[in-house]
Amino acid sequence: MLSKKNKEALFNPLSKDNPVLVQILGICSALAVTASLEPAIVMGISVICVLAFSNVIISFLRKTIPTNIRIIVQLVVVATLVIIVQQILVAYKYDVSKQLSVFIGLIITNCILMGRLEAFAMHNSPWPSFLDGIGNGLGYTIILVIVAFIRELLGTGKLFGFQVVPQWCYDHGYENNGLMILAPMALITVGCIIWVHRAHNKELQED
Amino acid sequence: MNKNSNTYQILYAAVMVLLVGSMLALIYMALKPKQNENIANDTRKQILSALHIAAPSDELVKETYEKYVIQDLLVDSEGNVVDSTDNAAFEVQMKKNVKLPDAERKLPVMKCKMDDGSVKYVLPVYGAGLWGPIWGYIAMNEDGNTIYGANFSHEGETPGLGARIAEQEFQELFREKHLFVDGEYKGVAVLKKGQKTTNGAEQVDALTGATITSLGVSDMLADCLYRYEAFLKKLGSGGGTQCTADAAPAETIESETNDNQPE
Repeated sequence: MLSKKNKEALFNPLSKDNPVLVQILGICSALAVTASLEPAIVMGISVICVLAFSNVIISFLRKTIPTNIRIIVQLVVVATLVIIVQQILVAYKYDVSKQLSVFIGLIITNCILMGRLEAFAMHNSPWPSFLDGIGNGLGYTIILVIVAFIRELLGTGKLFGFQVVPQWCYDHGYENNGLMILAPMALITVGCIIWVHRAHNKELQED
Repeated sequence: MNKNSNTYQILYAAVMVLLVGSMLALIYMALKPKQNENIANDTRKQILSALHIAAPSDELVKETYEKYVIQDLLVDSEGNVVDSTDNAAFEVQMKKNVKLPDAERKLPVMKCKMDDGSVKYVLPVYGAGLWGPIWGYIAMNEDGNTIYGANFSHEGETPGLGARIAEQEFQELFREKHLFVDGEYKGVAVLKKGQKTTNGAEQVDALTGATITSLGVSDMLADCLYRYEAFLKKLGSGGGTQCTADAAPAETIESETNDNQPE
C-alpha cells in the first residue's frame, strides 16, 4: 500500500515539494481566503477532496485521453467535481456553502489542481495519484492555516472568531494591525514563510 | 485506434460533454427542491435575525418565522397597502424588484409581532457590494422611525473584510438609529469614523478595509429606504399605534385579525 514511492507522493508535498512554498502554486487563493482561519480550513479540505478525486479520475482515464485535448479533459473533470461539491454543499450544508461563497468555485482555477493532474496523474496509476492529491492538498492546507493564523491573530486579535488577545493588552496601548487583513500582507506573510523554509532546507536554495 | 486522430478526439470530447452534462443536470434536478428549501429557510433566518430572534433549530425556522411574521404587505410609494395576501412580501424577488420602474414597484413589508406584543415592520433592502449583490432586512419599530434591528447578507464579499457586514457586531450598530430627524426623512448613512453626514442624518461607522462594501451598504439603505418614507410616516402619525393597544396581552387569533392595516 505504502511503498517508498507512494510515501514520497504523500509526504514530499508537505515540506520538500510543497505546492505553495516550493512550486509557488495556488498563491491567489492563499491570498483570498486567509484573512481568518475558518474559511482557510474549509477551503483546504475542499481542495484536498477535489484534488484527490480528480487525480484518481484522470489517472483512470490517462490511457484514453487524447494528448491534444488533455487540458480540456482535465478541466472538465475538475469543474464537474467542483460543481458537484458546490451543489451538495448547498443542499446539505447550506451554512458552509454560504461561508465559502465564491471560493469553492475558484477551486477550479487553483493552479495546484491542473499542475498535479498534468505532472502526476497523467503518468501514474490511481492509488499513487490519490496519495499525491491528498499530499498536495495537505501541503496547501498547512500553509493556508499558518498564514490565516498569523493574519487573524495580528489583524483582529481573534482566532476562529474568538477573542484571544486579552483586553488589558488593548488597555495598555496594543492595537490590532489592520494591514494584516489586507491582501498585500498575505503575500508578505507567504514570502516570510518561504524565506524561513528555504533557510532550513539548504537543497532548495538556488544560486 | 489512433488516440490522436481527429475522429477519436471529437468523439471523446462529445461523449465526455454528454456524460458530464447529463450527470450535472441530474444532480441539479435531484438536489433542487432541497436547495430551494434551504434558501427560503435562510431568508427566514435573516428576517428573524433582524428581529433579534434566533430559531431554536434549523428544522424549526419555518414555524418560528410563521409565529412571528403575522402579515405580508406590499405598499406603494404613497404608503398605501396594495396587497396583503400570504407570503406576498416574502416571495418578492428583490433582485428583480429594484430594477422595476418606480411607478410599478411595490415595496414589500413584513409585519411582525414580538413576544412582548410590540409590532415591528421588516423592510427588505437590496444593493451592490464590491464583488456582487448585498441585501438585508431592516426591522423598524412601530413608530416608523427607530431601527429595531438589521441583518445584512452578501453573495461574495471578501471574508474578513466586506463579509463582516454579515456579522452581528456591525449589524448591532444600526440599532436605535433614527431615519427621521425632526420629522424629516434623512435615512441612515455608513461612514468612516470621524466623517459627518452633510444632511444631518444619523450614521454608523464603516468597516475597516472594506470601503466599497461599506459604501454599498450606505447606498443600498439610501436607495431602498427612502421609498418607504410615506409608509413610515403613516406609521409614525398614529396609524400603527392602534395595534399596540389590543396587541398587549399575548398572541391570540383575535388580536391578529384586529390588526387592520393603517390606511
